[in-house]
Amino acid sequence: MNDGEFYQRDRRLHPPALTPDYKTSVARSPRFAAISLQQSASEMTGPTFGHGDLGPLDNDLLMNFAKDGEAPVGERIIVHGRVLDENARPVPNTLVEIWQANASGRYRHKKDTYLGSLDPNFGGCGRTITDAEGRYHFRTVKPGAYPWRNWVNNWRPAHIHVSVFGHAFCQRLITQLYFEGDPLIPKCPIVATIPDPDAIEQLTATLDLNATIPLDSIAYKFDIVLRGRRSTYFENRPEGN
Amino acid sequence: MPQKLHYLRESASQTAGPYVHIGLAPGAAGFDIFEQELGRDIAGPNAEGERIRVEGLVIDGTGHPVKDVLLEVWQANAAGTYPDTEGKGVEDGFRGWGRVITDFATGEWSFDTVKPGAVMGRHGRMMAPHLNFWIVARGINIGLSTRMYFGDEDQANAEDPVLNLIEWEGRRTTIIAPRQDREGTPVYRFEIRLQGENETVFFDI
Repeated sequence: MNDGEFYQRDRRLHPPALTPDYKTSVARSPRFAAISLQQSASEMTGPTFGHGDLGPLDNDLLMNFAKDGEAPVGERIIVHGRVLDENARPVPNTLVEIWQANASGRYRHKKDTYLGSLDPNFGGCGRTITDAEGRYHFRTVKPGAYPWRNWVNNWRPAHIHVSVFGHAFCQRLITQLYFEGDPLIPKCPIVATIPDPDAIEQLTATLDLNATIPLDSIAYKFDIVLRGRRSTYFENRPEGN
Repeated sequence: MPQKLHYLRESASQTAGPYVHIGLAPGAAGFDIFEQELGRDIAGPNAEGERIRVEGLVIDGTGHPVKDVLLEVWQANAAGTYPDTEGKGVEDGFRGWGRVITDFATGEWSFDTVKPGAVMGRHGRMMAPHLNFWIVARGINIGLSTRMYFGDEDQANAEDPVLNLIEWEGRRTTIIAPRQDREGTPVYRFEIRLQGENETVFFDI
């Protein structure tokens, strides 16, 4: 039966808390080591979401903010993929949420003051629930790069923020999707917080011409991997054993 | 070459960034887009148990409140039961999960819920009532996990297997929130200090 603990998180592929080239991390990173827990129900359970939580256009960013008969400006893309666990098993019925800037690199957020213009037909957020095979898809515009005040001339690569739940609170993950071939990826101090080059590749969505809609939208494929769970071959040991 | 194991690797975490609200709390970003924002009602109207408020600040290493943080909470109901993978096993409408953001001006956050019951831990040892927290923000590269215990549960806290894992007894108090009474409502104040003096205990779960 598949009800054991989740595999230990590999902290060497994730960014550490303190990454001084990403300046904001300096005052927002704990100095003490995290205390490792053996998991209990508190970590091995998590919230569930149903289709009743979502609206019909929640995964269509071309439509969910646009005025009737209008559409946002930008490169029309489909982002699709699967949510899998480390055992390569699909993670069905899990909530995937995304948010992003518009084609000019401007966010619809009252605190974003970048010169890039807002798009009256683009909100920039979406959400969906994976199907029985762990599949999800969104339709959106490809976001633009934008500047940010870290070093004075830092530019974020085009990216979409991605939030996933899995089936347990210990699987909770927020990450960012980057786009294949973007020359800003190796320049970015936030990307560079990830110590493992293969882990960066894994966050880079691949152009997927087979999933395009001809004469309509380009497609990118982005699989998300959450922590896997071990099988319980043996009974739990009694305490002190 | 020995056999390959063929496990996949977990996707790497990245910071939620300064505009996390757009995706996860768009009303706070300044626009309404979804019929229903998720995470506002943790316990629902049918939940049994004591209604409480939990509130606090997230404070950075310079002593200033973090004003762009997003917190999620996961808890059992008053009987100490978490919803199962179908969301059942608890009162109708009890989600057990909540999401709040801080006030942009002050950094204050708060949520209303019911006080959870004690939950069975490992090896048949009961865990004291607690809330599980997950905290993301700009400058936080990977979500921080912690727990909040209740200041009026001295006996249960003293026996809690997780609190007792913290070998520095003085640090245990960083995750025990004192109770106060405010016009008849119990309020637990939980200050989360990311760094420095009285740094909150975080867990690798």
